[in-house]
Amino acid sequence: MTEEKNTTNKEWPLWEVFIRSKAGLDHKHCGSVHASDAEMALESARDVYTRRSEGISIWVVPSNAITASKPEDKESLFEPADNKIYRHPTFYDIPKEVGKM
Amino acid sequence: MTETAKNTDLTKKQALVQYAAQIGDNGLIIGHRMSEWCFKAPSIEMEMALMNSALDLIGQARELYTYAGVAGGEGKTEDDFAYLRDEEDFRNLLLAEMPNGDWGDTIVRLFFMSAYNKLFYTALAKSTDKELAAIGEKSLKEVTYHLRFSSEWLIRLGDGTEESHNRVQKSIDNLWAFTGELFTMNEVENILLDDGISVDVTSLRPAWDKIVSDVLTQATLVKPQNDWAQLGGKSEGRHTEYMGYIIAEMQYMQRRYPGCEW
Amino acid sequence: MYGDTSIQKPIEIVEPTSKEMAKLEELFQQKIEDDIKIEPQEWMPEAYRKTLVRQMSQHAHSEVIGMQPEGNWITRAPSLRRKVILLAKVQDEGGHGLYIYSAAETLGTSRAEMIEQLQTGKAKYSSIFNYPALTWADMGTIGWLVDGAAITNQVALSRCSYGPYSRAMIRICKEESFHQRQGYELLLSLSRGTQEQKEMLQESVNRFWWPSLMMFGPNDSDSPHSAQSMKWKIKRKSNDQLRQEFVDATVPQADFLGITLPDPDLKWNEERGHYDYGDIDWEEFNNVVKGNGPCNKQRVANHVKAHEEGAWVREAAAAYAEKQQKKQVA
Repeated sequence: MTEEKNTTNKEWPLWEVFIRSKAGLDHKHCGSVHASDAEMALESARDVYTRRSEGISIWVVPSNAITASKPEDKESLFEPADNKIYRHPTFYDIPKEVGKM
Repeated sequence: MTETAKNTDLTKKQALVQYAAQIGDNGLIIGHRMSEWCFKAPSIEMEMALMNSALDLIGQARELYTYAGVAGGEGKTEDDFAYLRDEEDFRNLLLAEMPNGDWGDTIVRLFFMSAYNKLFYTALAKSTDKELAAIGEKSLKEVTYHLRFSSEWLIRLGDGTEESHNRVQKSIDNLWAFTGELFTMNEVENILLDDGISVDVTSLRPAWDKIVSDVLTQATLVKPQNDWAQLGGKSEGRHTEYMGYIIAEMQYMQRRYPGCEW
Repeated sequence: MYGDTSIQKPIEIVEPTSKEMAKLEELFQQKIEDDIKIEPQEWMPEAYRKTLVRQMSQHAHSEVIGMQPEGNWITRAPSLRRKVILLAKVQDEGGHGLYIYSAAETLGTSRAEMIEQLQTGKAKYSSIFNYPALTWADMGTIGWLVDGAAITNQVALSRCSYGPYSRAMIRICKEESFHQRQGYELLLSLSRGTQEQKEMLQESVNRFWWPSLMMFGPNDSDSPHSAQSMKWKIKRKSNDQLRQEFVDATVPQADFLGITLPDPDLKWNEERGHYDYGDIDWEEFNNVVKGNGPCNKQRVANHVKAHEEGAWVREAAAAYAEKQQKKQVA
């Protein structure tokens, strides 16, 4: 807290909300909430994002704890994978007689 | 259940109807109060939280009134209980009707009530009346969340700033006199006790005291020493001055346009 | 990510030359043409960002201020069923406000800033909410007409070029169809009720019909920002297009209710395949936007009051969190 005096106008921090909609699925990002602490963030996420039974598990993460890749790095980060087609199963020819593999 | 001992005495059936209705009254009246927070809360997230609790509590009232109607066998609906009874017919706890005040007042009221509700519904889930037991079990999940939410807020306010500490301590001191009523038995509860239908609320006090003491300690707040209890709502429908306005507002449409379908 | 504004404007590190800028803008527009969504940290023209922030904050404010007219009736709802429906609906509006604030914050503007703009009158909200909710029938009319108009708008917006806004709209549209249905169902009950109920229904529709049509904004010929917004695919359909869609969908529903829409010029045009409708009173619209609606002052004052009365609470929670953090470090 840099501005000790001005706490009134200071907004509660932002938290990113991730929800697992049912057993067996990944947590998926669905939005954010403002909350002063982790418990409040969790409960607000519950009250805001699961009003229609959308979830069975919630993660909340302080937004500033997330490190994101930069859009301008997109080519160097992701395009090198594009030419490694031998990583995909369809790259290989297996005779039908061999059966499912 | 054909015997009526004396004219003034209630049959067990009548007692069951009143019992279900009075539990419902608690939900409806405090739910009404929570719904008054619409567009008034300190943040939108908190508004969502309070309105969720209002939906839970009014939902509990609906189930209980519906059951009271079925148990009565006269074809009464949930709305007959909510809209066509007068102030003195409501047997809710006075605590439920206390005004919202500030955020601290509302949190303290919800906390006292939810700590009680959690113990009450835990016990009701073991009622020999299957319907009441089922309602108890379902409601228990909801009030457990209300207790968690209000406990955490009580701790934040108590251990927050000097201002919040003082304000919420005052809320506790003001509302304390209405907590004694939570543990008093009224006529219908006594009638239904032997059959294991009603909850012996006097037995809930020690556990309630413990929940309250633990949270207050964590919140650096003090439990009031004055144990004087304000009574009347539950035992005889003698309410606070605030209740008349709740009823007037809630029943406005039914009173202005009697007998309409909405 | 969403909260970290430092990585949201990577371009600012190096001032691009005007030539580089032109190239960036060209690439940006190409993405739009190809229907590739724009995501938070990507480069975007400053005017696109500003337009979005303005539109999204206005949209979020509308949801939040929109809680007031309906919130006015929760405690007076005539049945418990209607009461919980209304509560859930009004609560949804708060939720929708949050989804959109949350999406708008990805553009580097905090919710606190947006709320300040609302409270100081710098940011607007939909002028429909400056009309009062006077009768119980208004709860139905608002659901049917106001939410109906909003849904027409939002369905189009769910194809908007900005990813977070588009996703928020998809979620909102999914939730909001219940809003219109509950409103219409409520009105159906009135239409089948007593004479008094029928009159209440007609009177309510008389008040809300024209303001609902105004919700789509000025005629295309008088809508200066529209062309650019369409080019950026922030807007996908013009004001008049959307208004026509709404009228066409609504007239048969009004017939079914047995009410008369208060427009003598309203009639089916075989040639166009649409309903013709009368001229909108834009003077009234401009007046309400300017602040002269029946409830402008009341709506903002309520918002300010809640915000100010909550200050000590927000402060307390922040102070508590800070103490806990210090304890953890120690």
